[in-house]
Amino acid sequence: MTQTDLIVSVSPHIRQTVTTEAIMWTVVASLMPPLILSVHIFGFQTLIITLVSVAACVATEAISQRLLGRPIRIRDGSAVITGLLLAYVIPPGAPFWMPITGAIMSIFVTKILMGGLGFNIFNPALIGRAFLVATYPVAMTTAWLIPIRDAAIFTHMGRNVDAISAATPLYVLKHEGMAALIDKFGPLKTIYRDFFIGLQPGCIGETSALLILMGGIYLIYKHYITWHIPVSVIASIALLTWIFGGDALFTGNPVLAILSGGVMLGAFFMATDYVTSPIQKNGKLIFGFGIGALTVLIRLKGGYPEGICYAILLMNPLTPTLDQWLKPKRFSEGAK
Amino acid sequence: MAKTITQEFTKGLWAEIPPFRLVLGLCPILAVTKTVENGIGMGIAVTFVLLCSNVLVSALRKIIPSKVRIACFIIVIATFVTVVELMMQAYTYPLFLKLGIFIPLIVVNCIPLGRAEAFAYKNGMMASAADGLGLGIGYGLSLTALASLREVLGSGTFLGKAVFGDSFMPFTFMVEAPGAFVCLGLMLCVMNVLGKK
Repeated sequence: MTQTDLIVSVSPHIRQTVTTEAIMWTVVASLMPPLILSVHIFGFQTLIITLVSVAACVATEAISQRLLGRPIRIRDGSAVITGLLLAYVIPPGAPFWMPITGAIMSIFVTKILMGGLGFNIFNPALIGRAFLVATYPVAMTTAWLIPIRDAAIFTHMGRNVDAISAATPLYVLKHEGMAALIDKFGPLKTIYRDFFIGLQPGCIGETSALLILMGGIYLIYKHYITWHIPVSVIASIALLTWIFGGDALFTGNPVLAILSGGVMLGAFFMATDYVTSPIQKNGKLIFGFGIGALTVLIRLKGGYPEGICYAILLMNPLTPTLDQWLKPKRFSEGAK
Repeated sequence: MAKTITQEFTKGLWAEIPPFRLVLGLCPILAVTKTVENGIGMGIAVTFVLLCSNVLVSALRKIIPSKVRIACFIIVIATFVTVVELMMQAYTYPLFLKLGIFIPLIVVNCIPLGRAEAFAYKNGMMASAADGLGLGIGYGLSLTALASLREVLGSGTFLGKAVFGDSFMPFTFMVEAPGAFVCLGLMLCVMNVLGKK
């Protein structure tokens, strides 16, 4: 035994080699497949929107940290993720400069002013989206594109969005009903298959359940996120839609509910944000169920066809309360 | 009294400018600053009320019993608010309609009451008049500044006239309630940074 083995040091004694940077860049990598699909089905301008969004987020972070005299930490990749997620919840037909204002709201107001990474109360990308919906309601709710199946990626470039816009499945379902949905997107079996693969009108990165699941399951496999939040979000949306979503009780369509809109992206990549979600496992389950319940409530009773963005934003500020409330008892703490 | 009348007046314009330094009167500043016109109108109304109530409270300060002073202040302020309300109803009816409930609500605004309690009740009439005028103008300027920011960005206009070309897409967010909170927060932040130097 050598001398160095006997040196006593303060805890922690076992250190992980995993760093914030490693986690963040893995998340970035797992977010790539939906972008590739999006370029394939919606065309090249989705890549431009995404690049503008990422660049704007990174630039905002660098400039604001510089102005505030804080260390510039753009290399940790968190701004890149925010940029990607912000672009993923913008409709593919939106003007390419639109994410810039959203990025300033996301990074500067939501994150930097609250104290930087780790201190933000709300998910930055979703605040960016909520800001964009409030600011450019027309572009954010109508600039949908019909997916192209024959890989003509330049089809939508420079074209007027009004001429080619398509309603999202959730919009059709909310305002025109199931019959119109089948009329527009084919029989249910085709709908399930297409929507699962990602061939549906929707925001840039949210259409494909398959690709988001792949990325999400990889993150769970790497232990970067746990299954609790995604599973409880998706399960509660499916269950509550099945119970309340139809004309009578227990006649809603749960499969359609989780394959359309931003459920998958929200459940795996937005609700699981470390900073704005609870630490305890039971806290995560409550958090996920709250998101699911609010999503279904907004979808069925609210003014918007999709509600997961606001559902997550509404649950975010409950995170500290849930953490405090469900803090595990140490030893016999609190025993009578 | 170390401060001169001029100092009592100028402190309201910067050192104790109500919404930013004293952080008082936030409800109207959030609610009526959608357009510059509203901001200026509200500023003038508050300045008038503040000036008159300060002078009257100061004049009556020896008579008002200290146990019921708050009630007396409220009556004085309410009197002048009613004057403003009736005047606006008579001469600037469209503005009166736009400001709506926020004109009568000046009664419960913290600034006139706060100045009556903290200043006019303890100081002479000239000093109180200067104090009221200064703070009122400071409040009006802050309202106008915030309203300018919100109207230019949120509607692309200033006093109703378009300031940008047709291609400008207004930030609708700015004229909505959350925009008011964000703008006010950012302005407070800028004022604090400027105040530190």
